Amino acid sequence: MNLEEFVNGFAEQFDDTDPEEIQAGTVFHELEEWSSLTGMAVIAFVKTAMGKKIEGKELKACVTVEDVYNLVCSK
Amino acid sequence: MAANPFSLEGKTVLVTGASSGIGRSTAVACSNMGATVVVNGRNEHKLAETLALMAPGSHVVVAGDLTGDVAALVAQMPKLDGIVHCAGIGHSKLCKQIEADDIDLVMGVNFKAPVLLQAELLKQRKVNKGASIVFVASLGYDYPNVANGVYCASKGAIVAYANCLKLELAQRLIRVNVISPGMVWTDLIVHGGMTEESLREDEQNSYLFHQYNQPEDIAYLAVYLLSDATVRMTGTNVHIAAGAKRL
Ligand SMILES: NC(=O)c1ccc[n+]([C@@H]2O[C@H](COP(=O)([O-])OP(=O)(O)OC[C@H]3O[C@@H](n4cnc5c(N)ncnc54)[C@H](OP(=O)(O)O)[C@@H]3O)[C@@H](O)[C@H]2O)c1
Repeated sequence: MNLEEFVNGFAEQFDDTDPEEIQAGTVFHELEEWSSLTGMAVIAFVKTAMGKKIEGKELKACVTVEDVYNLVCSK
Repeated sequence: MAANPFSLEGKTVLVTGASSGIGRSTAVACSNMGATVVVNGRNEHKLAETLALMAPGSHVVVAGDLTGDVAALVAQMPKLDGIVHCAGIGHSKLCKQIEADDIDLVMGVNFKAPVLLQAELLKQRKVNKGASIVFVASLGYDYPNVANGVYCASKGAIVAYANCLKLELAQRLIRVNVISPGMVWTDLIVHGGMTEESLREDEQNSYLFHQYNQPEDIAYLAVYLLSDATVRMTGTNVHIAAGAKRL
């Protein structure tokens, strides 16, 4: 999965946030809708779509969506 | 809040199982209360009959099997303020007769289908903030009944699922409630294998009011749960059963 596809999949985990608002450089913790539930959705998305397991703690340490992508790729 | 808190004016509501029984009554009652209704069922002829009973409006028919390609059905739907998961089938077999196919059939329609429909509605962002979701389960989830093992289990499963769904949607002020009816006079019980005579007898003996519910009784409760009168009511399971002592 390339970065663009990952960003799209990441954006799909939100219910109200406009997908356009989510880019590789987006600081996702600052999005109004970001919550522990969205975090769980992202972790499950990474598991289902990419077969990789990331931890909540690791996700917390990421700043941008691209950081998450790099984290997943490093697994 | 609307002047009449029980009104559904301005709301768009999806009703599954709208081609018959409780779902049909619910679609009609919702339209009478001002809602735009999206009706689902497989039988298009019977859906058209439902539409003819409804108050005029820009209602939408999305016919199709909920155990099939549900993503395609959801894609045809507008954004929703209310959902009534009513489609379901009855089933009657003694526990020693149950086969794998029975479980697949009953769990498929009564559990898997509403769960996957709900997932798809959320994925395709069709559920508005502050929406109301209603599952029509059955008192059977708690009242045991001979030859109803798989059916009752399918209803217990949906009650447990609804309980979890409410946690996940609370952030968007979406409420999730369950209606658990006792026996209701619909095709489901009339064609369910028991004679009408034995049903009439049961109605007399097992219900404090000596009558089963009518589909519209359940519909009015659904309207209440869909209306702004219940914006701060979530996670309840309302029993409606004319004082059933047992099922
Ligand atoms: N009647 C009772 O005593 C009673 C008591 C407690 C709970 N309930 C529950 O109430 C709900 C409605 O039952 P009812 O009594 O109104 O029964 P009904 O008159 O037989 O109606 C069942 C509805 O479900 C729809 N349906 C069935 N399988 C479907 C599928 N694969 N895809 C899409 N739609 C499907 C049918 O539409 P099509 O045939 O057009 O597809 C029909 O509109 C059910 O969940 C039932 O378990 C009923």
